[in-house]
Amino acid sequence: MASEEKHIILEANHLATGYQSKRKSTVISEHINFRIEKGTLVGLAGANGIGKSTLLRTLAGMQPALSGTMKLDGTYIEDFTPLQLATKLSIVLTEPPASKNMSVEEFISLGRQPYTNWMGSLTDDDITAITNAMNATDTLKLANRRCYELSDGQLQRVAIARALAQDTPLIILDEPTTHLDLYHRAYILKLLKKLAKETQKTILFSTHEIDLAIQLSDAMLVMTPHAIHFDTPCRLIKSGTFNTLFPEDTIGFDATTGRFSIKN
Amino acid sequence: MIRTSQTYRTYFIVLLFLLTVTFLLNISLGSVQIPIGEVFAALFGGETSKETWRFIIVEYRLPKAITALIAGGGLAVSGLLMQTLFRNPLAGPFVLGLSSGASLGVALLILGAGVFGGFFGNLLASQWSLVIASALGSFLVLLAVLAVTFRIKDTMAILIIGLMFGSVTGAVVAVLSYFSNAEKLQQFIFWSFGSLGNQSWQGILILVICFGIGLLLALFSSKSLNSLLLGENYAKSLGIHLKRTTVIIILATSILAGGITAFAGPIAFIGLAVPHITRQYFTTSNHFVLLPAVVLCGGILLLLCDTVAQLPFTEYTLPINAITSLIGAPVVIWLLVRKRKLLF
Repeated sequence: MASEEKHIILEANHLATGYQSKRKSTVISEHINFRIEKGTLVGLAGANGIGKSTLLRTLAGMQPALSGTMKLDGTYIEDFTPLQLATKLSIVLTEPPASKNMSVEEFISLGRQPYTNWMGSLTDDDITAITNAMNATDTLKLANRRCYELSDGQLQRVAIARALAQDTPLIILDEPTTHLDLYHRAYILKLLKKLAKETQKTILFSTHEIDLAIQLSDAMLVMTPHAIHFDTPCRLIKSGTFNTLFPEDTIGFDATTGRFSIKN
Repeated sequence: MIRTSQTYRTYFIVLLFLLTVTFLLNISLGSVQIPIGEVFAALFGGETSKETWRFIIVEYRLPKAITALIAGGGLAVSGLLMQTLFRNPLAGPFVLGLSSGASLGVALLILGAGVFGGFFGNLLASQWSLVIASALGSFLVLLAVLAVTFRIKDTMAILIIGLMFGSVTGAVVAVLSYFSNAEKLQQFIFWSFGSLGNQSWQGILILVICFGIGLLLALFSSKSLNSLLLGENYAKSLGIHLKRTTVIIILATSILAGGITAFAGPIAFIGLAVPHITRQYFTTSNHFVLLPAVVLCGGILLLLCDTVAQLPFTEYTLPINAITSLIGAPVVIWLLVRKRKLLF
């Protein structure tokens, strides 16, 4: 489906993820192939324990791949120095910042670290990037609040603003909608959609909100016990991929409404 | 909009003023009453009415005040470094087991002299032997900690290993105490009280060098320290070399805390409490602001503690370690009660 003139940001070929120890390697998932285009929102879905986080950690360079290759913006991920990678890829993790004593402004400013000098002094460009990130995520009025004063939804917006301030072509988010109510889940995913479109950044997020992801994603990466599929949500529905996501005797997928329902 | 060091200029001016006041107060007060005019005369090379006054000021009180300033500032910096590195508000310079190592070194020297006799006994004769023993003890613990750092990724594991070192040394010291005589035991206990006085100018020079190196290492790690506030994974995603940074920070702490403990004995609570007190007034987590701020606050606090410890106008001097604990522990409790949570 990827036409040749489209700019490919993230590409995986025969990728296998898992954990390597001295004696043996444990494969979590293998035969992963996809090509993600610039400026798209991509949802990653799959049951608990299927290896979503491991895949994201591997793509983010936080753990080595067992085999296969990954290319980020045309370069193999392992060829980047840590600092170069920091200008190509930013992350939003499920864990909150270690220090909640930071002000929102300080938190978001840290996103500029790959670009600042040894003292971390912010130039006018840095301040513009920070202000833009705060505007885009509606966090400007939180600037002087401390992180411990924020609600989960606000904290998630601030974390996204930090990744935006890092100004990378790819942003990876690990379950950005956990702990949030329905309104905030929809709000965050709509925000990601808007950001992908307006800033032309590629956004890859893992989620359990499959119904919402189907409605908003440009493409989806679906991990089932047998295979890993990458396609547009429409085609994935047509091919019946979502039916194989969970054991069929418990949960079924209704292709006409695009929703999951519990089977009695 | 973005806060920089400039925002805090008034704070720094106030702290510098307080530091000058406490420094002069510390020098002016003591068991011997010296008129303030004479104190200034002695400090700035003028004539004093009594030669002994000049001697007390220049050869005893001034080195002690400088030691207090450096020890307070240095311990506070190492506390700040440890709290950020381990992302634990209870971390202090001694969690790495540095003071335990120093204690072990000194215990082996003093108490071991009684138990093993001979070789250790001869060593005791030298004035520098205590300093060398405690520095050696800290250094060996540091080597062990660094070796662990290279093998284990988890910073919390380093914290636990530091605590284990503490327990082991505590046990060894207890065994040595059991077998040693009262005189040796008393000598060891006096060392463990901590002492800022009786420093030679030579000793102070070494202290200043340790302080300078430690502070420089801390300054160059400050950008990485800021990113560590987000957590290890985020720090790595910002391009930080985690291992290198960890080694530099542990090295800086060891040089600061190890050097200070070697000269002044173990001094409790400054490293733990000062970073928290500083964060109360400097509402920032930026290490480029916090670093100079904790140096000043640590210096002020230890100078104050020492002024109290020398019980002005009496001939008694209290152990400095007791005073810092008496002041430090309530401060930490007060912070906890006020904020209900100890944040870093």
